[in-house]
Amino acid sequence: MSGGEILLENFLQALTAGLLVGAIYGVMCVGLGLIFGVMRVINFAQGDFMMLGMYCSLYMIGGLGLQSLLGPYVAPFVGALLAGPVLFVGGYILHRYLVSRVTGIRAIGVEGEGHYAQLILTLGIALVLQNGGLILFGSEPRSVRSPLSSRAWELGPFVGDNVSVFLNQARGYSFLLAILIGLALYLFISRTRLGKTLRAAADNPTAAIYMGIDVDRAHRIAFALGTAITAIAGGLIAISNPFQPYAGLDFVIIMYAGVVLGGMGSILGAFWGGMTIGLVQQLSTLALSPQLQNAAIFGIFLLIVFLRPQGLFGRSAERT
Amino acid sequence: MAGLWRDKALIPLALFSVSYLAITLVVQNSYYQLILTLVPVWAVMGLSWNVLSGYSGLVSFGHAAFFGLGAYAVTIALVQFDITPWLGIPIGMVVGVIAAVVIGFPTFRLRGHYFALSMLAYPLALLYIFQWLGYQEVPLPMKREHPAFYMQFDDHRIYAALALGLMIVAILLSLMVERSRFGMSLLAIKQNEAAAEAAGIDTWKWKMRALMLSGAIAAAAGGFYAVVLLVVTPESVFGMLTSAQALIVTLFGGVGTVWGPVIGASILIPLSESLQAELGDKLPGIQGVVYGLAIILIILLAPEGIYWRVRDRLVRRRVAAPPSAPAQAVAAQPAVELPRRTLPAPVGGGTILELKGLSKSFGGLRAVQDVSFAVEQGMILGIIGPNGAGKTTLFNLLNGFLRADEGEVTFQGHRLLGLKPNRVCRLGIGRTFQVVRVFARMSVLQNVVVGAYVADRDDGRARALAQEALVRVGLAAQADAPAGALTNKQLRLLELARALAARPQLLLLDETLAGLGRGEIDELLEVLRSLRQDGTTVVIIEHTMHAMVRLADRFLVLDHGRVLASGLPSDVVEDPSVVEAYLGKKWLARARH
Repeated sequence: MSGGEILLENFLQALTAGLLVGAIYGVMCVGLGLIFGVMRVINFAQGDFMMLGMYCSLYMIGGLGLQSLLGPYVAPFVGALLAGPVLFVGGYILHRYLVSRVTGIRAIGVEGEGHYAQLILTLGIALVLQNGGLILFGSEPRSVRSPLSSRAWELGPFVGDNVSVFLNQARGYSFLLAILIGLALYLFISRTRLGKTLRAAADNPTAAIYMGIDVDRAHRIAFALGTAITAIAGGLIAISNPFQPYAGLDFVIIMYAGVVLGGMGSILGAFWGGMTIGLVQQLSTLALSPQLQNAAIFGIFLLIVFLRPQGLFGRSAERT
Repeated sequence: MAGLWRDKALIPLALFSVSYLAITLVVQNSYYQLILTLVPVWAVMGLSWNVLSGYSGLVSFGHAAFFGLGAYAVTIALVQFDITPWLGIPIGMVVGVIAAVVIGFPTFRLRGHYFALSMLAYPLALLYIFQWLGYQEVPLPMKREHPAFYMQFDDHRIYAALALGLMIVAILLSLMVERSRFGMSLLAIKQNEAAAEAAGIDTWKWKMRALMLSGAIAAAAGGFYAVVLLVVTPESVFGMLTSAQALIVTLFGGVGTVWGPVIGASILIPLSESLQAELGDKLPGIQGVVYGLAIILIILLAPEGIYWRVRDRLVRRRVAAPPSAPAQAVAAQPAVELPRRTLPAPVGGGTILELKGLSKSFGGLRAVQDVSFAVEQGMILGIIGPNGAGKTTLFNLLNGFLRADEGEVTFQGHRLLGLKPNRVCRLGIGRTFQVVRVFARMSVLQNVVVGAYVADRDDGRARALAQEALVRVGLAAQADAPAGALTNKQLRLLELARALAARPQLLLLDETLAGLGRGEIDELLEVLRSLRQDGTTVVIIEHTMHAMVRLADRFLVLDHGRVLASGLPSDVVEDPSVVEAYLGKKWLARARH
């Protein structure tokens, strides 16, 4: 195998890995994008909702007996999906009793539209979840085991039988699920009445109130739904990556980078933003050491914020 | 600055310091000594955060960047170059200032959410970079020979005393900021950045200075922290909890006051440290949970922090008492002798402002097209035109909020285009806004003082100028009221006073009469006419025709971004094209009678 072929193989390998991871990141970002787009609230706890999704999925597979019921192939994916409804309820309650006190109608007209209080409150929730998680789940890294994680499909060989690409099967199925969830959400937002309500509340909360839209309810649903979607993404990531209670921190910046990249407020954009981050992260493995990969994501995030705060896929800048 | 030594805040500071020192000397348990050392360290970190975020309102989630750089600067200086922390901490502060400049340059372009998010990214990126550089866990070497020279003491009470000293310095620095135009400018930025800029505050410069000071203080805290703990890891100094702790102690104690971080640290640090010590083995994350719960509770129950909540209680109790001292001070203060403005003698009403071919488009919309006119010294020019004619856009081009596509503007020989709003204001052009922009949470007097900073470098004289401007517009009686409590007319007058306090030669007034009753309009017209007598030139946008005819010397009519007509009011209102575009035929019929 020549040097050029090795390079090509590594590149193709990173590219496919980037696409697979990117789709999951995309779903993760859509969850945050939904909350941010509709509520204009920076939710620091989003990464920790994802961490909760990971543990939720883990315990349902083990503790609830999904594993023995569905077998080792299907159980991890069902576990990830079931984390959604559980965290939906969690998000709903959290919004009802905490977040709604500093957002939505109550925040209109408050100094700086209440951003101050929102940032702090979600930071507080994040700290409680991370450290509460440490107490409840312990600091030891856990993982959802799937026999698919160690299997791969071989694509190729291409280019004179020398270059081939391996697709991890666990990632592959996660990718398909992520695409389906993204599509379902897109249809929900664009086609259903509730989806339109969410968009109206996002566009102009004051006008939406005058149109008879219950903005608080719209916010609650967006918050719960955003939490649920990110939790599902967490469940999918847990199939391939070990995690611990601080796992959310690593992902919260990825999420914000994706959402900003996609254009704040654009839900579909958030998916492509997450996809881009996944690609960048995997392609950077070709050139950078693992610690610098994370630093590279921050670097890209900063670059995007400075150069195109309206996002690569967004149309208009945020009203600040 | 000299006034600081007579500051009334020094008495509680002295009392606090002496009693703290006394406690420190009495305590023998080394664990309690450590807590007594950490309280001031985190108070300093909170003070640092407060200087930027508390005063200017730009929320930073990234103060760990400065803290960590300070800690690593001290550590690396000691480990690799054998430099004592006595020097290492100042070096760390320099590094903090440099980091502030590097971070501030790009990040101050951002506002609100974007600023907060970007600040979060810096320490986390640094965390990974320091891991990659191989500084996972760096212990500070013990220096047995000259311990004191290397800031190493067997008696841990000395650390507590040093920490206290650091805190006192940070408090004094904060007080200096709070009591001067530095702090007032930051407060004005927090309330309304555009208005602050238009009032002549160089918002970028003050924000940068705040970040530099803040970075230096945080780096000092970080450097000292490294000396106390004798080991540095990227997670402990750049981690999320470090940034969070800075803002948590401040928010808990009270934002925007020097006492907030001190109160917050004094309560939260002992609480979380002792919980950590008692329960840390069984409940490893208890410290974070306590911090999290503390800020959730504080946001829900007392969103501005303990200090303000307690103060509001005390003030309310004193409400029945005679008028507060500041109110009397304002009334009784002798008028400082103010230097009269030296205007170039109005040479037969020479041209003060000239526009040539000014154009601005927003995408396909040509908001201002090829506008040229000249304004004579001492006249009142009224700009009229239908909604969307480009009147406010024209003002925004003149005072630097918007950048013109084409054209040229000269004001007394200075070219205006390309200047920032605060520079335009400094040249002598004041403005008011169509939608009133005041600093709602500052007093009426403070609002105007911010406007007066441009006119005088001395804070005391700026204050006198502000009082004079308030008398002029008839708001002297409301000087101590919060601006948010004023009526619409008073708000218009306040904006006018703020613009006047800068002693402008040219005033741009944007619909100053909008939404006022007829009697109120008369009052305002009176004030505006008096301006002309002082030689101040006025350009005013207005819809209220009957008021405009009484006020303006010349009219300029804009329609679809173009100059439709200009000249004497009586000629302009008869101009058929003006009648068609703006006034309507009925108006003409009525005017003829």
